[in-house]
Amino acid sequence: MALDPGSIRDDFPIMCRQVHGRRLVYLDSAATSHKPRPVIDAVTDYYERFNSNVHRGSYQLAVEATEALEEARKKVADFIGASQDSEIIFAKNATEAINLVARTWGRTNLGPGDPVVITELEHHANIVPWHMLAAEQGIELRWIPIRSDGHLDLTDLDRLLDGARLLSVAAVSNVLGTINPIRQLADAAHEAGALMMVDASQYTPHLPTDVAEMGADFVAFTGHKMCGPTGIGVLWAKSELLEAMPPFLGGGEMILNVTKEGFSTAAVPWKFEAGTPPIAEAVGLGAAVDYLSGLGMEQVREHEVALTGYALRTLNQRYGDDITIHGPTEPAERGGVLSFEYKGIHPHDVAQVLDRSAVCVRAGHHCAKPLMRVLGCSATSRASMYVYNDESDVDALADALADADAFFIE
Amino acid sequence: MPDLEDLYREIILDHYRNPRNRGELDTPPAVRAEGFNPLCGDEVIIYVQVADGVIEDIKFGGQGCSISQASSSMMSAAVKGRTVEELQHFNQAFRSMMSIEPDPDDPAPTNGNSPDVKLGDLEALKGVVKFPVRIKCATLSWHTLTQAVEEAQADS
Repeated sequence: MALDPGSIRDDFPIMCRQVHGRRLVYLDSAATSHKPRPVIDAVTDYYERFNSNVHRGSYQLAVEATEALEEARKKVADFIGASQDSEIIFAKNATEAINLVARTWGRTNLGPGDPVVITELEHHANIVPWHMLAAEQGIELRWIPIRSDGHLDLTDLDRLLDGARLLSVAAVSNVLGTINPIRQLADAAHEAGALMMVDASQYTPHLPTDVAEMGADFVAFTGHKMCGPTGIGVLWAKSELLEAMPPFLGGGEMILNVTKEGFSTAAVPWKFEAGTPPIAEAVGLGAAVDYLSGLGMEQVREHEVALTGYALRTLNQRYGDDITIHGPTEPAERGGVLSFEYKGIHPHDVAQVLDRSAVCVRAGHHCAKPLMRVLGCSATSRASMYVYNDESDVDALADALADADAFFIE
Repeated sequence: MPDLEDLYREIILDHYRNPRNRGELDTPPAVRAEGFNPLCGDEVIIYVQVADGVIEDIKFGGQGCSISQASSSMMSAAVKGRTVEELQHFNQAFRSMMSIEPDPDDPAPTNGNSPDVKLGDLEALKGVVKFPVRIKCATLSWHTLTQAVEEAQADS
């Protein structure tokens, strides 16, 4: 059954609020999604009923908190098709999850001249950790280029992967919306003897995720873009990799034993979760996963394709050559992220004018400065959609855009 | 919400559409400095030629929103031909208009003994204060110019 954004909106308390006396038109879900009532309730419930630290108290509250944390891990594992719950590492966000891989697997396994391959459409979160390893350990960073249609240019893939140790790619671009051929890339990486990491931050909230189908070795994503709280992200990795990797941060929770001479680590996944974990946030993420499963991820994706198609048609028909929408033109090949340029007006100014109509879009480089350079611009405006958006939001965007003319077009 | 008309005053839009002193200067004798707004990707490049404590010429380049571009244009028109000391007074007055506390490391006199500075066209940017996220757009060129002038004086 198709999603009904009208009734879905009722699940999101923030949708009741007005901005500048108008209905909120939230088109920035690629930055962060809103939270449905069950997620907010789960977090509140945790603090009101069983707040306590995990894995250390023998009293009832601590047992319940520990169970809730581990139940959330199980929910996330099921949601992405992980074969074991222990393959789910809770991190602060996707950025920390990628850094975890760079700092542990990368530091142990990569040396001077070892190639790591990424793409021109990566978010800084999947660029800077590798720049840091290049500076510290002399790894070589290689870039898969993009074509003018927003898809990866795989012409030279074999050469780029020659000798590579890791291929790390966003499953969906946070700027162009491009859905990358992850399985094909993973197979090519493995054939070349490299491991495959997927930044699924813009994928897992929007499409059914199956880590086995992706063929990945590492998958990172964040909770707050998929109806969950901020402060909780996930690294999934194959058990054998996690077993062999050294710990990330050192401290409480991640140890088996500590003496004056040294320490030994706890079992996976706790080996990678030093300190008190984000318990409430994990519980909230568990509720988010339940909420999305309730909607059905196939239906979430169908809704996105339909609404993206409507948005592309509406904006292009109304503004023609005055608007440039970056990325693939075919809704089935992209997510609901529309980066656009309008009449040469700077995106900051576009976003400012849209705000007057309570239309929330992001303006800037979207943490993808190398991609901006490839696109030949310093910034774009970006409208991104989710389960609570419908055609009326797209119409509101299209209407509000014309207001910019009053200031900037002579 | 504050009126957009407060932000996009006609004089600002005029400087945006018809920027003064946009371009480049030869380095040397001019000094070049780059400023970035890491949040939004705005970039400003300032070329400044300083001799005997006077800003003899100034040009700016880069890409940015109407506020950052207009601010660069207005700033260049205001400080061209002025002394470095006058620039410091301008900078202080501009920061104060933008509701930014005086920089304790700034060598310029504090407000107490600063002569009255007429900001002229720059006054039009006052409305930016009502849009706090845009203050950085307006101040980027000033930071970059300060940096360029410091470099120019260090060279001389």
